[in-house]
Amino acid sequence: MTESIALLTIFVLAAFVGVEVISKVSATLHTPLMSGANAIHGVILVGAIIVTGQAESVPVVIVGLLAVVLATVNMVGGFVVTDRMLEMFRGPGGRKKELHK
Amino acid sequence: MIGTWAQIGYLVAAVCFILALKALSSPKTARTGNALGAAGAVLAVIITFIAYKPDNLVPILIALLIGTVGGVVGSRRVQMTHMPQLVALFNGVGGGAAALVALMELDHVQDGQTVAAIATAFTVLVGAISFSGSIVTFAKLQELMTTRPITFPGLPVLFVAGLLGGVAVSVWLVSEPRVLVGVLLCLLGLAVGVMLVLPVGGADVPIVISLLNAFTGLTVAAGGYVLGNTLLLVAGTLVGAAGTLLTKLMADAMGRSVFNILFGAVRGGSTLGGGTASDRPVISGSAEDVAILLGYAQRVIIVPGYGLAVAQAQHTLRDLVEELQGRGVKVDYAIHPVAGRMPGHMNVLLAEAQVPYEQLREMDEINGDFKQADVVLVVGANDVVNPAARTTPSAPIYGMPILNADEAQRVIFLKRSMRPGFAGIENELLYDPRTTLLFGDARESLAKLLASVKTV
Repeated sequence: MTESIALLTIFVLAAFVGVEVISKVSATLHTPLMSGANAIHGVILVGAIIVTGQAESVPVVIVGLLAVVLATVNMVGGFVVTDRMLEMFRGPGGRKKELHK
Repeated sequence: MIGTWAQIGYLVAAVCFILALKALSSPKTARTGNALGAAGAVLAVIITFIAYKPDNLVPILIALLIGTVGGVVGSRRVQMTHMPQLVALFNGVGGGAAALVALMELDHVQDGQTVAAIATAFTVLVGAISFSGSIVTFAKLQELMTTRPITFPGLPVLFVAGLLGGVAVSVWLVSEPRVLVGVLLCLLGLAVGVMLVLPVGGADVPIVISLLNAFTGLTVAAGGYVLGNTLLLVAGTLVGAAGTLLTKLMADAMGRSVFNILFGAVRGGSTLGGGTASDRPVISGSAEDVAILLGYAQRVIIVPGYGLAVAQAQHTLRDLVEELQGRGVKVDYAIHPVAGRMPGHMNVLLAEAQVPYEQLREMDEINGDFKQADVVLVVGANDVVNPAARTTPSAPIYGMPILNADEAQRVIFLKRSMRPGFAGIENELLYDPRTTLLFGDARESLAKLLASVKTV
């Protein structure tokens, strides 16, 4: 039971950290925030690897591998597309610098 | 049980995720933050391989490779206008993965572990809802199906029945953790997800993406509880908080409640109006007339809408703004929170056209400036400048915060036709004597304006 309480404590504290951090995100970056947060929940990949690694029968392994593929698409795609968006945000004169290159 | 070093490694990965989100407070640090988040994710995966020593190693690595290729190709190819679809799709597959993980873990849930069984049931049900809901959302945004709300007489009853059934089967699953019951729960979840999104109109779909994002986050957190994995717990909770907060922000920006957005169409209170054109007189001008107004103004505010992106006119608009700035005109872009198809979408679309982010001003920040503006140029937007939101309590958009374009000296609308915006209501500002309309495709109109401004 103590482990349950420990996990519950982590959950509640993480929720507060999440709200606190995210309420400071600039509105300009709400789309990258959504796709970045999306990428972060792709970490379910860790869970998919764990359960697939413990699977014994073939059908379970197949389901597990499907979960691994889906989670990887979520995680890798999420981080790559967020990077693509953030790369485009430029400061003052960003474009001019580019033109002079 | 995994070693202490692995637990500490997971903690480091969790901190990376928090820092990645924190870095999004400014465009200057955001990209580095995202790289840090990705590094945290890679670290977590490597730790998992070493600490758990999974069997079936080769198939897992092959699956990883397939997923990586799929993710990279998808995210490299997507156009920025299609970003909401991609986010929906990635969100859906994440939710689906979580549901599958929980299904597989059912075998390991023993009698008496009530909390773990509840978390498993939650993961299966909500993961499945998130998966099917996201897929329908994707289909709507990609216009693979109609973007209008779909309802049928029995839908509310079926939806409620599906939800109650989901709860009942969850209870069954908790008392009897068997895989077959889990599969049944999963199927119910899929049905509920579809019914949740079908009645939502195309323009409200972005809020649903954000909500489903929160769902997937919570699903992953519950999955973390089931597996006793703190990293999943923390990461999932962070995303759950992000999605919930964004959903609320966006609903506020539209002046409506999340409940109304989800179930408005079901209750018959849809925001979609007739969409018919009015024949009241308006003042329309030529590109030359408008160019003179712009060229001799001191302060111009641009209000871009999704129509701008549909016409792929962001680059032409940026050229026009640079031309005006070259003449000494002070120009800003006023960005409504729901401009585009998801929160912050317009910023990304303009960033793609290399508009420096300082020129993009948020609604609260710029609304006081409209009084001093000589000209407001509205491109492909309508509802976000409709004064009915302030003045007409019966209007569907009443209460939605708007950009105060009506306070400027002159207003110019670039429009394709007189068709109202998605809210389907007339915009009084179009008939105002200070308003000039320039009809035509946004890109062609802007190109003509640019050429004319150069000559005045």
